[in-house]
Amino acid sequence: MAGPGILACALRLGAAALLVLAPAGAGAQSGEILRTPSGRPDLNGIWQALGNAHWDIEPHQARAALAMKPGPVVPVPADEVLALGAVGSVPSGLGIVVGGRIPYLPEALAERDENRRLWLERDPEIKCYLPGVPRATYMPFPFQIFQSESAFFIAYEYAGAVRDIYLEDPGPPQVDSWMGQSVGRWEADTWVVETTGFNGEAWFDRAGNHHSAALRVVERYTMTGPDHMRYEATMEDPEVFSRPWTIQLPLYRHVNPDARLGQFKCVEFVEELMYGHLRRNPIR
Amino acid sequence: MSVRRGRLGPLLLLLVLSWAAPAPPPAEAQAAGPEPWVVPRTPDGRPDLQGNWTNATITPLERREGQPAVLAPGQVARIEGRRAERIDELSRPSDPNRGAPPVGGDGSTGAAGGVGGYNYFYIDAGDRVAVYDGEPRSSLIVDPPDGRIPPLTPEARARLEERQAFWAGFGPYDNPENRPLAERCLISFRSSAGPPMLPNYFYNNNYTIVQTADHVVILAEMVHDARIVRLGERRPLPPDVRPWFGDSWGRWAGDTLVVETTNLHPLQLDRVSIFRGASENLKVTERFVRVDAHTLHYEFTMDDPTSYTRPWTGQIPFKALPEQLYEYACHEGNYALFNVLSGERAREREGRNEPEPR
Repeated sequence: MAGPGILACALRLGAAALLVLAPAGAGAQSGEILRTPSGRPDLNGIWQALGNAHWDIEPHQARAALAMKPGPVVPVPADEVLALGAVGSVPSGLGIVVGGRIPYLPEALAERDENRRLWLERDPEIKCYLPGVPRATYMPFPFQIFQSESAFFIAYEYAGAVRDIYLEDPGPPQVDSWMGQSVGRWEADTWVVETTGFNGEAWFDRAGNHHSAALRVVERYTMTGPDHMRYEATMEDPEVFSRPWTIQLPLYRHVNPDARLGQFKCVEFVEELMYGHLRRNPIR
Repeated sequence: MSVRRGRLGPLLLLLVLSWAAPAPPPAEAQAAGPEPWVVPRTPDGRPDLQGNWTNATITPLERREGQPAVLAPGQVARIEGRRAERIDELSRPSDPNRGAPPVGGDGSTGAAGGVGGYNYFYIDAGDRVAVYDGEPRSSLIVDPPDGRIPPLTPEARARLEERQAFWAGFGPYDNPENRPLAERCLISFRSSAGPPMLPNYFYNNNYTIVQTADHVVILAEMVHDARIVRLGERRPLPPDVRPWFGDSWGRWAGDTLVVETTNLHPLQLDRVSIFRGASENLKVTERFVRVDAHTLHYEFTMDDPTSYTRPWTGQIPFKALPEQLYEYACHEGNYALFNVLSGERAREREGRNEPEPR
């Protein structure tokens, strides 16, 4: 008689322990995840990363600005960004790189540091260039997933970037591109996307972290609740990194029923920066 | 331009067959096959519009004077024959030993004209007359019956003249804002992403449609512009939020997807000529119907009582595209805008006998 009672009690205790041990975020959402008609997790919706990874995916201290110049006591914001004041300052972040640091090869690390010094000239985001992968995921803009039985498409608010993630591998990419060629598959309840065919021009963040055209990214999207996903991406690029490395971050659903992806076609917004000096009568 | 992977053979054969016989009703054409075509459906029972499509055609938006609405077989053969000759001519390999174009240009027209421009390697403008409901059409516009954009209201004419006067206050190369939207990589030539989604008569007239229970996304290859159409009860944007391609809401009327769009971007209305400077009141209604294995019927109606003296409607066949789309990263490689502007600045310096700046 005692047996089943003890078991039930142990189960209850176990469930309680699980609730206690579960991270606060996961504990808050006990609901079942939505599924598609074919039984796959339904990732449809508007998603966004929170945090400061878009400034620097490595752990970093808050600082006055990304572009600095020497000052009499300490470095100060460079002329180009001075007017932005605190709006141009960099908030701190614990980073999203598993293990903390990106395993750069020595020359690639030197290039990263040079990118950092020449950020205003070099960061593709400043010119509204396409963000690449995985940078598109954790920029401070939402993105929307459209998942059907025969397609998986992501529209990013930033720069109107898009990815049509093929369900069948069409073979090697025909041309290099900013967003690469992506092929997806399900591994149990995780949506796994392999992306290759990059042109090597995109960065990882505003801190000069970079890769080459040889980059291969494997992303893993896993629902951890109705409104949360765990996002992981593993980067392999023997020309730049000494070994593969991984980033990990949660993605949050926009839960407002009226939520919709905005439009941030920023090409127009950078014309003065890029072409203003070529006006008939330059205004600067 | 799209990645050619699929086999065009079967599709071309089918198209040839449907042109050889004048106006074959789609049902008959299918009856010849072993299995009658049935519209594919999504799990929620809607017609499945998904896949890659192209609206490339040589049928112009507006009818040319003197042409009937529906072309006779001889006319189709002549028009397509002329296009085939032109393509052959433009497809000839360039002479690698040719000299620089003469000062003032070589007289060629079109994109990058004057300096030789693109040969047909870069162009994919379509080579067929648009066949809709079995009819080879002389214009995409079917209503008004003359196949032309209706006259503007006096109010719209005044608005258009005002805008034209504004733009006439600049030289064409004075500022980046004076260049066409497509040259600035803001949107495609003409109205690829639309609405209305029109052929650009140049290249990359390709689309990907992805459809879920509550959204339809239409990606135009040009400028990787994706229209996100929300299905269900309209919750329109506030009047002062006017994105490129507007605010689109769709609903199913039987097996027809009906999409209504308002809030089009003011610069799109101002600078894309097919709108004729329509006002913020413009409403575009689009209808999508799958009619056979290779064809999506696309109809659009432009309604703006403050601009057009009557609504106008066009019809375009979208054909299945057995190929992938490329990434059209326009802005990222836009050396042309820089060179166009700096070239004009150099010409001005020459005129003033000033030296090149260092």
